[in-house]
Amino acid sequence: MNVTVKYFAVCHEMLDRSEEEMDLPEGATVKTILQRLEEEWPEIAEFYEVMQMSVNWEYATENTELTEGDEVALIPPVTGGLDV
Amino acid sequence: MFKITTEVITGEEVREAVEGPDAGAVVLFFGTVRNNTHGRPVRCLEYEAYPPMAEKKMAEIAQEISEKWGLHRVAMIHRVGKLEIGEVSVAVAVASPHRKDGFEACKYAMDRLKQIVPIWKREVWADGAAEWVKPDAVFFDAPKPHKTDPQTD
Repeated sequence: MNVTVKYFAVCHEMLDRSEEEMDLPEGATVKTILQRLEEEWPEIAEFYEVMQMSVNWEYATENTELTEGDEVALIPPVTGGLDV
Repeated sequence: MFKITTEVITGEEVREAVEGPDAGAVVLFFGTVRNNTHGRPVRCLEYEAYPPMAEKKMAEIAQEISEKWGLHRVAMIHRVGKLEIGEVSVAVAVASPHRKDGFEACKYAMDRLKQIVPIWKREVWADGAAEWVKPDAVFFDAPKPHKTDPQTD
């Protein structure tokens, strides 16, 4: 199945792309995507504590199961609104 | 009204979105770009957002406010792109029957925005360096990803 994966802010910068299509096996979860990214960016594991994931605009866990056409995103710590 | 925009924020857009004859108070909040962070001079800020999710999360915050305080209308708008010192990055308007609840709900809206709405700030310092920020400290500098050679064995 194909899913779209989006990268924002520091993730965009580190991976040098803002989104991509991934072809995943049936039964894949968010964790499957993280494992793929670790091959390219091993340090990503250090940021799991502060980073969140979303599936179809809703926060998800690494166990969230994916289906064809899902939109997944890596969400670094959010900082909207300034220090106010 | 819950919106990510590249346009200048005037505040009128959120005020008009919440006004109505049942409101006795409209609380309007602006977040603006400050010229320093902990004393270090800032040249400008760059904001990035995940617009569809950000707008969805803003609407959820308004729903939370409605459940917590009853009759309230909430509007939120956040600007993305490069912002100069003094410009408005975010505006929140809350209409309520009485001012006390309106002030509380407006504070709640901003607190929640900073927790759950996917928007990111990059500080461009006066000396030209730049870094992504997390709520309480600089997140981390962004080194290039570690590229490993393909395994051949």
